[in-house]
Amino acid sequence: MHETVVAQSLVEAISAEADKCGAKPISAKMSCGELNGVNDEVLSFAFEALAKGTPCEGMVLRIEHKPLQAKCHACGCTFAVELSDARCSHCHSEDFELLPDAPLVLEEIEFDKE
Amino acid sequence: MEKINVRKRILSANERYALKNSELLAQRKQLCLNMISSPGSGKTTLLARTCSELNTEIRIGVVEGDIQTDIDAERIRATNAPAVQINTDGACHLSAAQVSSALDQLPLDDLDMIFIENVGNLVCPGAFELGEHGKIVVLSVAEGDDKPIKYPGIFAKSMVLLVSKIDLLDGGHVDFDLDRVKTDARRLNKGVEIIPVSAKTGEGMAQWYDWLREKTRQTRA
Repeated sequence: MHETVVAQSLVEAISAEADKCGAKPISAKMSCGELNGVNDEVLSFAFEALAKGTPCEGMVLRIEHKPLQAKCHACGCTFAVELSDARCSHCHSEDFELLPDAPLVLEEIEFDKE
Repeated sequence: MEKINVRKRILSANERYALKNSELLAQRKQLCLNMISSPGSGKTTLLARTCSELNTEIRIGVVEGDIQTDIDAERIRATNAPAVQINTDGACHLSAAQVSSALDQLPLDDLDMIFIENVGNLVCPGAFELGEHGKIVVLSVAEGDDKPIKYPGIFAKSMVLLVSKIDLLDGGHVDFDLDRVKTDARRLNKGVEIIPVSAKTGEGMAQWYDWLREKTRQTRA
């Protein structure tokens, strides 16, 4: 349910950029880690609803998920960890630590501009 | 078509308040713990017992978060500890701005540490930093032993896992494999301190208090 907070922040940030460059935003890309609890469908729905009547109305939001990384204590490698089968992708050890999850980031915006 | 790179953190407004809270707490050397769980895991009962039993040695203040009512703050105040209630009116988590204004209302000069009892929810509160030193996740045995793998985010981020209502394990009222929870939680979070407790019988509370005393002492130093 906190997707509405994320969507509102996106609408505000994109609208501010649109004001700055005086053009209509067409699409935007955001990225997030795996532990943010962001559901794509809910976020897209909230974004679409909150964009109504703002410069973001009708634009496309693309959501990129950054895999959670972990460091293996056995072989020392860094790997993308699958929490449902949590083991090192190289040596299969279960002795690893999770690295900080990627934050929610508004990466880029495309504007309709010559 | 023109593309611009923004690279802006989406929750930066919340992060600014979280930073303000953590700076205030660091300056005052006050420990602040953000307690997160499903609704009904017994967070308030745990906190009320903790406040009552430690009040001669650790001065505790509590920020209570709920969708509606000040029932929880009243329960804490009944132990003589100060409490501020935040009502989120439907929001599923506390924000750092709400906590900032709640901290302003607590008598901070008279406190050694602060608990934030977040809105009951195992997902959303984990995504909003409040400026706390650490998160405490509470899992009651009645909720089932599969929660760490079903809701990995909060178990991966927490400093302590309190397994609550362990009195229900006696007499086989619930099927709950404590070893499974320990294994699954430690797979997500090597350093997590796991303390099984019952706020009803008092079992395990001494270990929780020892952890809290030590953490408070480190922060005060």
